[in-house]
Amino acid sequence: MFFSLGRKAIIALAVITIFIGSRLALAQETIKVGILHSLSGTMAISETTLKDSVLMLIDEQNKKGGALGKKLEAVVVDPASDWPMFAEKARDLLAKEKVAVVFGCWTSVSRKSVLPVFEELNGLLFYPVQYEGQESSKNVIYTGAAPNQQAIPAVDYLLGEGSKRFVLVGTDYVFPRTANKIVEAYLLKKGVAQEDIITYYTPFSHSDWQSIVADIKRIGGTGRKTAVISTINGDANVPFYKELAAQDISASAIPVMAFSVGEEELSGVDAKPLVGHLAAWNYFQSVDNPANAEFIKKWKAFIKDPKRVTNDPMEATYLGFNLWVKAVEKAKTTDVDAVLKAIVGLETPNLTGGVAKLLPNHHLTKPVLIGEIEENGQFQVVWETESETPGDAWSDYLPESVDLIADWTAPINCGNYNGKTQKCLGAEKKAETAK
Amino acid sequence: MVFLGRLSIASSLALALLTMALMTLTWSARLGAGDANSDEVFSAAVVKSLISSKVGDRDLAIAELGRDSSPLAGQILAGLLKGRLYVDRQSGAFYWEEAGLKLLWPLADGPALEAAPTNARKVAVNNRQRELIEGLLSLRALFDADVKNRRVASGALIGAPNVDWAVINERLAVETDERVLDNLKVVQALGSLRDPQASAASKLAALTELERLYAPAAQEDIKALAIDSNLELAKAAQRTLRLMDARAQRLALAETVFFGLSLGSVLVLIAIGLAITFGVMGVINMAHGEMAMLGAYTVWALQSVWPGQPGLALILALPTAFLVSGMVGASIELTVIKPLYQRPLETLLATFGLSLILQQAARKGISSMNVAVSSPDFMSGQWAITNNFSVTQGRVIIIVFCLLVFAAVSLILRKTRLGLEIRAVTQNRAMARALGAPASRVDTLTFALGSGVAGVSGVALSQLTNVGPNLGQDYIVDSFMVVVFGGVGNLWGALVGGLIIGVANKFLEPVNGAMLAKITIMVGVILFIQRHPKGLFPQRGRVASF
Repeated sequence: MFFSLGRKAIIALAVITIFIGSRLALAQETIKVGILHSLSGTMAISETTLKDSVLMLIDEQNKKGGALGKKLEAVVVDPASDWPMFAEKARDLLAKEKVAVVFGCWTSVSRKSVLPVFEELNGLLFYPVQYEGQESSKNVIYTGAAPNQQAIPAVDYLLGEGSKRFVLVGTDYVFPRTANKIVEAYLLKKGVAQEDIITYYTPFSHSDWQSIVADIKRIGGTGRKTAVISTINGDANVPFYKELAAQDISASAIPVMAFSVGEEELSGVDAKPLVGHLAAWNYFQSVDNPANAEFIKKWKAFIKDPKRVTNDPMEATYLGFNLWVKAVEKAKTTDVDAVLKAIVGLETPNLTGGVAKLLPNHHLTKPVLIGEIEENGQFQVVWETESETPGDAWSDYLPESVDLIADWTAPINCGNYNGKTQKCLGAEKKAETAK
Repeated sequence: MVFLGRLSIASSLALALLTMALMTLTWSARLGAGDANSDEVFSAAVVKSLISSKVGDRDLAIAELGRDSSPLAGQILAGLLKGRLYVDRQSGAFYWEEAGLKLLWPLADGPALEAAPTNARKVAVNNRQRELIEGLLSLRALFDADVKNRRVASGALIGAPNVDWAVINERLAVETDERVLDNLKVVQALGSLRDPQASAASKLAALTELERLYAPAAQEDIKALAIDSNLELAKAAQRTLRLMDARAQRLALAETVFFGLSLGSVLVLIAIGLAITFGVMGVINMAHGEMAMLGAYTVWALQSVWPGQPGLALILALPTAFLVSGMVGASIELTVIKPLYQRPLETLLATFGLSLILQQAARKGISSMNVAVSSPDFMSGQWAITNNFSVTQGRVIIIVFCLLVFAAVSLILRKTRLGLEIRAVTQNRAMARALGAPASRVDTLTFALGSGVAGVSGVALSQLTNVGPNLGQDYIVDSFMVVVFGGVGNLWGALVGGLIIGVANKFLEPVNGAMLAKITIMVGVILFIQRHPKGLFPQRGRVASF
């Protein structure tokens, strides 16, 4: 009995050794790239697109010969829109699969969930979605917009168009609350009176907008030019815009500026009631540019669906991927610390005719575009910044973060450095201020 | 009018070039009621600046078009507003897009072009320009023969920027309709309030006018006057403000009641089906919401079949959805529920699983994204009860529709043989069977009826919310709440309960926000059920329990 068990164990061991050995041999020939996007659950709608984008980029890079003479190999996992599962899968990718880099996450809560894992195992995450800021990690590169690259310019545009009163409407969770806090502080600084800033929060998937829209109509109908700033999330948007149209509120009378409505959200929606309303992003599919045209063509060919659209987080993924490849070529290794050292200061052309530069605070320089929704679900650009705006991790308009900066180059090497006291607050303070 | 007939673009262009010199000559004759030649004043200069890359140039061109009273200029403005105007930048030809591109300028009355000219691009305007165009079109519409259009136009002019006073005065002199006159007087009064040169007397007169005619758009200007150094003026302004506030509150009250009834009617619609399956039969059907989802998808399917006829598709969807959901309901009853009668917990679990299966089927079979369902014209738009109080047409239709469905279901239960059998079987199954009622078949039909009504409610929901796999989930809790609150086994309970919950929700929402209002209602219903376990309308008499 004992003997046979021992024999079995030896055979098993041998099999495992051969298995691992072959895996190791394989690993030497390729560079593993982790993809951590939800492929099932509520976020699958948005995140599946980004998984496919990374696969397309890897495919193309391999056609060009890969990186450092090795092919790139995608390792796709599905965290299933479940926040603790994000941390588990991130640990799998870093500890078991030993991936060189991870592209992933969409919601802020999923990013917060994987953050300690990436910091503990010294991984590298490229996060491609606009977010509320107030964070900078050594192990994360934020390729989406910080608030000063989306919210603040959007407010500036509305002020420039003559809006004097603002209604902030949002779904009740962390991104709208933080974004609205920053927007409110900025509006007050710009001389908008406190009573002219009205805020509403609703539950997820809110569908009966009658009262709030009637309020907006009343607030906007007193002869003071009013604009709505919307951080309404996902499903709740369509009933909101439908109700605006039903109550005869046109975009010219009370424009709605949205931070979470893009091309992907508008495909599969009757866009007629939305025409003329606004969105602020760093990229629109409609931008007329050869690089963008080629990207769209490649995407439609790769996904084999001529109706598919491109959007802002896809461009952010594209920028992040290209920067990582450049950094690897520059560092001549995929070692995280070497890549992080090489990547700061690198530039790559973006899809709107400008250049994305990676800043010491791990954010990018990005152009800000304001678009009006058209009947076909695309955006017509009505305003854009003259040059790229550098991303700012810590908002200058909130008292708790006004003195903070992030700089991951020597000698500061800190994600929340207080410029006044010249001290790095470290990890424990970070969680607190991020609230 | 130059009629070019079916000439090709090129030859019409040549002709247009020839007439261009003439156009500049007639350019000065733009004001005044459209004379015979006014079609031709549209000039090359306007064309050029309309497609200029500079916003200022485009603004000027729009203003220029506004001064041009010809129908063509009106159509160009309307085309800009609706995004139907296309231009070929090389030839400067304008096209009207409506099921293909049609040459609009140089003038032509040809058929729609098969293919768009390669260089044709949409002429873009932004929000500010849209506001400008809306004002200009409203000024034009003041001279429309249809009094309805004049009412809308005069209402839109209140608070609009850059109003042409000459036009307003011109219309005031000849207008006969009371409502249009009132609107124009508000426009005028607002104008003198905003005019820094206006005398105190004329401002006072304007205030008296605004006191008579309720105009919220003037509120900010009156507020500014309320602290004026002229005491008489300030006092008058303060009085006007007080009166306005009182009226605004009355209006808000009326609005809240309407919103409550409208939300309530939606709740009632989805609860009626459940009142039959859960209330009458006692089956806890967690897949009830998915029956509504099927109904909503039916609208989408029919609208895809007739893309040009969203209204017809919507009306046809009512019987179709009833049949589709009813048949799915019948098959669910036969396969899943029948073997589980008298085992409520197992039924709950089985139907919950079924609801997940149906959702996933919609996700895989149709799309995980929401599908686009469009609203026909009769479902959108406002219905003005007074000048300042209007309700949304779609919501009114849904309230009426809800009452109709309720009446129809009541009639079926009370006046038909099926209804008699349903009542007999549910009240005393053994006795009904002894008297020859086919109990098993009645169960199937009852469940099919309840599911069919849920499908019909889905058709109504498709006009209000997202049509997608999650539609049912969003409403299942609400509909159970309505049925339990109203009293299990009672249709009237569902109607009254739904309306009460709707109205209460809308009265709470302004007080403590949408989030808390929902929670408060939940807590309220739970407390009520603790004291009155049988709901608002308890079932009386010898009701046999399963």
